[in-house]
Amino acid sequence: MALLRVENLHKRYGHEEVLKGVTLAQDAGETKVVIGPSGTGKSTLLRCINRLTEPDQGRVWLEDTEITSRRTDINRVRAKIGFVFQDFNLFTHLTALDNVRLGLMKVRRMPRAAATGRAMAELERVGLAAKANAYPAQLSGGQQQRVSIARALAMDPKLILFDEPTSALDPELIGEVLSVMIQLARDGMTMIVVTHEMGFARSVADEIVFMEGGVIVEQGTPDKMFRSPEVPRTGEFLRKISDLYGESR
Amino acid sequence: MNLSVWTEVAPHAPVLLRGLLINIQLLLGLISLGLVVGVVTALIEVYAPRPVGIAAGAYTWFFRGVPEIVLLFLFYFGLSQFGVPVSAFFAAVLALGLRSSAYQAQIFRGAFQSIPHGQMMAARALGLGRLRAIVHVVLPQALRLSLAGWSNEFSSVLKDTTLAWGIGVVEIMRQASYIRARNFTLTLPIYVTVALMFLVLTYVGNLAIGLAERKLRVPGLEGQR
Ligand SMILES: Nc1ncnc2c1ncn2[C@@H]1O[C@H](COP(=O)(O)OP(=O)(O)OP(=O)(O)O)[C@@H](O)[C@H]1O
Ligand SMILES: [Mg+2]
Repeated sequence: MALLRVENLHKRYGHEEVLKGVTLAQDAGETKVVIGPSGTGKSTLLRCINRLTEPDQGRVWLEDTEITSRRTDINRVRAKIGFVFQDFNLFTHLTALDNVRLGLMKVRRMPRAAATGRAMAELERVGLAAKANAYPAQLSGGQQQRVSIARALAMDPKLILFDEPTSALDPELIGEVLSVMIQLARDGMTMIVVTHEMGFARSVADEIVFMEGGVIVEQGTPDKMFRSPEVPRTGEFLRKISDLYGESR
Repeated sequence: MNLSVWTEVAPHAPVLLRGLLINIQLLLGLISLGLVVGVVTALIEVYAPRPVGIAAGAYTWFFRGVPEIVLLFLFYFGLSQFGVPVSAFFAAVLALGLRSSAYQAQIFRGAFQSIPHGQMMAARALGLGRLRAIVHVVLPQALRLSLAGWSNEFSSVLKDTTLAWGIGVVEIMRQASYIRARNFTLTLPIYVTVALMFLVLTYVGNLAIGLAERKLRVPGLEGQR
């Protein structure tokens, strides 16, 4: 059984239907890359998965828990789904260590010493143990994003959702974040990544999902999507972003 | 005013200080009440459903709109009229404290609204409930941001405690008027002394708040003094 199942998800903002029935399934250990033009509903899709945004219709399951059910304790589900935002959203009044520790102590109720140990291990994993006592404002964008990845990892998530994790970064800082993510993918983390970094997609994605106008236009392995897309529009879009973002990374 | 006047004032200083102590007690009472009610009111205005938010808005509108001396009279005479016997001191803390809460709510509301929404989302995404996300993420930042505005409010209500004189609280102004009644030649020097005492108190208070502000400053974060 798939780890995550999304069935016929709909979301409307005013008159605009942003998601028009999105269905996908994801196995444990799989990395999916979601691409598509701006305003297509990629962020909305990610947010509907852990109900940061309430979908209007459709269902989402994490293993055998129906996330979209009214009876589900959404906070328990969210604790199992990491979320990495485009602009990091670190807690600015807390050090890197406290940012990573907060969820452990306040959500998972871990004692301080254990939480510290775990948080330090995660900071180590993203290469920032030395910055544990720095505040977000003292860190570069790339470092902040790595802290936010450590914050997600510390919760032992079954799945991490990344919403354009490198889009707010200066080009020279993108690599350090991507290499952390590549390592995660190789370690078997389950991830859905909205990104236009096609180098990343080619090297670690099990599947690329192309969304446009609130629907999934086509999905498949990077090989299929790049070499022989079934829908002409897919090839066109992939060529366009490959030109724009390059594939060097 | 020659020197001899001041030697005449000196013996009255302890009585004035005793009065000032009452002002300080009024201040502590009203500013704490104002702080608690102000934070809650601001939270309601920012986060609660609309009807409740409107009620909170009406509350601050009332307490910001009615003159302080009128509030004092309303609470002091009003409460006893309704069969709630209150001391003048308690009525003053209540009236001035609730009034201050309306002003403090303004300060806190602005601070709450200035915390980027993304941090709230990140906290919710970790699995923190709404209230706990507010307590652990928004509140500590908002309180820090509020300190500058709060220090204004502090200076302002410190001085407002003298209005309690109007409903018979034996604070510094009342003590001053007793002294003056016995010796009219001391009128001006007594009030000069009172003025000096408040100047010192305001200075010390703002110094303490400034220290707290520096101590609570988040390294590297801009937009904080
Ligand atoms: N909270 C909101 N209220 C109203 N409209 C919204 C809201 N969030 C998103 N939208 C609209 O929904 C549409 C899809 O937005 P979404 O952010 O999901 O797109 P996206 O694919 O992530 O785009 P981008 O690549 O620019 O991030 C957009 O037209 C956007 O304006
Ligand atoms: Mg987006």
